[in-house]
Amino acid sequence: MTASGLTYPGVDSARLMVGMEIHVELATRSKMWTSAPNVAHPDHFDARANSLLDPVVIGMPGVLPVMNQRAVEMAIEVGLALNCRIARRCKWDRKSYYYPDLPKNYQISQYDQPICGEGEIQIPASTEAGAPMKTVRIIRAHLEEDAGKLLHEAPGGFPIDFSIVDLNRAGTPLLEIVTEPDLETPEQCVIFGQMLRSICRHLGVSEGIMQKGHMRFEPNINVVIEKDGKTYKTPIVEIKNLNSFRAVEGAVRHEYSRQIEEWLETGRVMGQRAKTTRGWDDIRQVTTLQRHKEDADEYRYFPDPDLVPLEVDQAWLDRLRSRMPEMPAALLQRYVGDYKLNIKDARALVEEPGLTRFFESVVAERVEPKRAAAMLLNYGQKRANERGCGVHELGITPAQIRQIVELADNDRIGSSAADELFGLLCEPDMENQSVESLATERKLIQVSDDSAMASWIEQAIAEQPQAADDVRKGKMAAIGRLVGAVMKASGGQANPKLAQQKLREALTA
Amino acid sequence: MSQRVSDEEVRHAAMLSRLKLTDEQIHHFAVQLSDIVGYVDKLAELDVEGVEPMAHAAELTNVLREDVPQGGLTVEQALANSPETYEGHFRVIKVLGEGSGA
Repeated sequence: MTASGLTYPGVDSARLMVGMEIHVELATRSKMWTSAPNVAHPDHFDARANSLLDPVVIGMPGVLPVMNQRAVEMAIEVGLALNCRIARRCKWDRKSYYYPDLPKNYQISQYDQPICGEGEIQIPASTEAGAPMKTVRIIRAHLEEDAGKLLHEAPGGFPIDFSIVDLNRAGTPLLEIVTEPDLETPEQCVIFGQMLRSICRHLGVSEGIMQKGHMRFEPNINVVIEKDGKTYKTPIVEIKNLNSFRAVEGAVRHEYSRQIEEWLETGRVMGQRAKTTRGWDDIRQVTTLQRHKEDADEYRYFPDPDLVPLEVDQAWLDRLRSRMPEMPAALLQRYVGDYKLNIKDARALVEEPGLTRFFESVVAERVEPKRAAAMLLNYGQKRANERGCGVHELGITPAQIRQIVELADNDRIGSSAADELFGLLCEPDMENQSVESLATERKLIQVSDDSAMASWIEQAIAEQPQAADDVRKGKMAAIGRLVGAVMKASGGQANPKLAQQKLREALTA
Repeated sequence: MSQRVSDEEVRHAAMLSRLKLTDEQIHHFAVQLSDIVGYVDKLAELDVEGVEPMAHAAELTNVLREDVPQGGLTVEQALANSPETYEGHFRVIKVLGEGSGA
């Protein structure tokens, strides 16, 4: 399926329309309405079940919510990154429903006054090289609180014939972002999701760990079918709670064909109350119908009397705007445009915000960007993979990387020595180590000294008489073997370029 | 005058609130709620054309706190009022589905 040529047997054309709702858990240190620790913050990822609660979280009588300023700021930062109009004033509403994971029996949310209004972002229309950009319009992004977790298995995966509740997640600040139905392929849904995840991670508002549910996607999908000169729109289906990009892609892809098949069979089109909710079955790779959920008017939204409105003035907005880091799309453009990195390297550097910042500080040491990228992605990445950490967490400092580059540029170390030094500097307690003294200590500095070189050359020629003869007769290809012998004689310390030059002089003069 | 809140609406509201009511109670509440709604309806007689809906009675805004975590309840304290618990969790009757997912 491609963006342009959607076809399906039995219809003239069938265009996919997907609007996305995304829940992002904000990684504040404390919860949205109270100071109990937030499970979406790395400090509390592995907290014991029900250990992050206080009377506000579990809805004890008489408690009052107090807004977390940082959560509000994070919501605004995401809004700014998505070019949203930020509300100057907004209020809080209660959304009432009864479910065991919702201790207060209502969720504090924003009904008609979201903190972020309309916005838009540009995404590549496909993953193909040189794909055109397309606009995804944002309808709104509002701030609310997450519910707890309802579990149907005992810890450790044992079957139980009841359900159990962990309220650690209850009250985590949650930003719900809603887009217009601008996404046209399963691939675009994934590109958009990944872009949003990257934005949130660069802003530092979420760790974006999908398996932990830090971002949950709910695509609203329907298909515009053309047949015999007429247009039909299939009823909208919302897929709940997808927490991997694979699931987003699979569910959208499956709905596309399922909805067309269903339309061919029933002729049912979009209309009042025709919207249904489905879940994604990861094993069977199909969507399945879910229980009826209360309609919006049954949530009995009303302004929360416990919370006063929020006002965002220009000064606050300006302060937040000035603190915004460069966004991934701008970084990519700069790395490819100004730094002349290839797109693959640029993507790798932008993928992990910690690596992006580390790369920037290496470049700030006046290391040429391409060299810096190569150092991090070649020498750094393999070690990071081995250790299961990020390149920026290996321990080597930007200044040390500059020193390695300087030694290499002055022909004082070869590339294998540079690699070895990089590795040594990733060992513990090396952050104050001077690279030059380490290289000297480890005998990694190439020797260009004349007398030592002369004796290694003599030795190499004696060991490889045939190669020496070949070179004398003009077969220059044989010089490689002699350089190898020099390197061996020197224990790797000879400068190979200089060795080759001296060999040439000795044999062809 | 017909009842402002029908028995059917009360039955629906009770379902949404997970309340089990007898037909007698439903009718009883429907009559009471109709009276209340009728009373409040007096307000509808006022002309509020052009009046901004009020979000809060107090004229305050931006009551915010710093994002500083503090310990709350222990697991034992948090679970103390739960009728049933299971290995550090609240125990409830079997609920189908994924959870409300906020």
